[in-house]
Amino acid sequence: MRDGEIDDVLRKAAEAQPGPDPALLDKIAASIQPKMTPVRPLPPAWVLSSMLFGMCAAIAVAAARRSGMHGIEAMDKTQKLIFPALAGFIVAAAGAWVAEMIPGSKRKETPWKVLCGATFTLWALFPTIFPDRHTENFVHSGIVCFGAGLLYAVPIALAGWWLLRRGFAVDRTGAALAAGTLAGLGGLLMLELHCPNFEVTHLLVWHTAVVPISAALAVLLTKLVEIRRRHAHSG
Amino acid sequence: MHPDGELEALMARYQEGDFAAATTLIRRLSPRMHRFFAVQFSSRASADDLLQETWLRIHEVRHTYRAGEPVLPWLYAIARHIRVDHYRKSGRTSAREQSLDETPEMPAPRGAPAAALTMEELLAPLPESQREVVEMLKVSGMSLEEVARATSSSVGSVKQKAFRAYEKLRERLGRLGGAS
Repeated sequence: MRDGEIDDVLRKAAEAQPGPDPALLDKIAASIQPKMTPVRPLPPAWVLSSMLFGMCAAIAVAAARRSGMHGIEAMDKTQKLIFPALAGFIVAAAGAWVAEMIPGSKRKETPWKVLCGATFTLWALFPTIFPDRHTENFVHSGIVCFGAGLLYAVPIALAGWWLLRRGFAVDRTGAALAAGTLAGLGGLLMLELHCPNFEVTHLLVWHTAVVPISAALAVLLTKLVEIRRRHAHSG
Repeated sequence: MHPDGELEALMARYQEGDFAAATTLIRRLSPRMHRFFAVQFSSRASADDLLQETWLRIHEVRHTYRAGEPVLPWLYAIARHIRVDHYRKSGRTSAREQSLDETPEMPAPRGAPAAALTMEELLAPLPESQREVVEMLKVSGMSLEEVARATSSSVGSVKQKAFRAYEKLRERLGRLGGAS
């Protein structure tokens, strides 16, 4: 049987299917009539993405300036390549988050791909441009950086959520993953500007971990909120 | 005017608060959405409920539609969300998906030619993800790109699902004796 014949069978079956009751459509129209007010459409996706990018970079730079820009000051030209790479991933994460908040958007990359792409690229990039292979005070200094990265991810996530508050996430998990990835990348940007510890193990473990852990925490938080809502509705 | 362009113009008027445009959209788009729900749920009452719920949600989030973008992917993305939420609320999501994936095939009515099958009967053996792709692509007439947008997936993934769905439909219809 050819595809065209299957198309015909499907078309005939669809035509034979009874549509919704006209009375139901009248009821639907009547239910929205009292709430019929003009609304302001969302700005174009590129405007929202640019605002998210600017906000993320501004918070990260402000936080690093407050703590001291010791990291970027100590970097050589090659090591500063980390910043264009981070900027690229922040643009991708911002785009993914905006796409998740507008139903039916065209998706360049899924949030999952952005997260994996950023994490694996950073794992490949850090050993390439930071040659310091020795390790000192690994856990203590690492935990301080990891905590600071996650701490500054929080205002970025909150500011982004405020910026996109009029959006509607058809897939809340995807939106949370994109939000957490963007916030984590912002936290990592702050660390790269501030932290002068260039030991590659420190960068690979504690700095990079901010991104996937931030994404995982955002998803976890969203799931918890969903479970609470469900309990509230069923109770 | 091109039908898609007409839908876009109606959406713009709906966003401006034009009730006549909203009514026209409801009348024009509801049959497709009703069919979309009907092929997922065998009960007509469920399809009616979900249709109402979808329009209420569309009304709440109508500002998220952006001029110049295709209307159908936006609409179907919201309809899918309502459907998934409905599954979750009723606590049947996993059980249903599992049963659909595992059930080899629903028997067609005895002696029924392929052309006499209803949409639900035709698509019943397909997993949910393939069913919705076939419905959007072949029944609602959306493009691959539009279906990809509506389902938050890639064009390649949509093509693959449609291909697999057609393989199953071909086998099933072949056994029933063709489209006669």
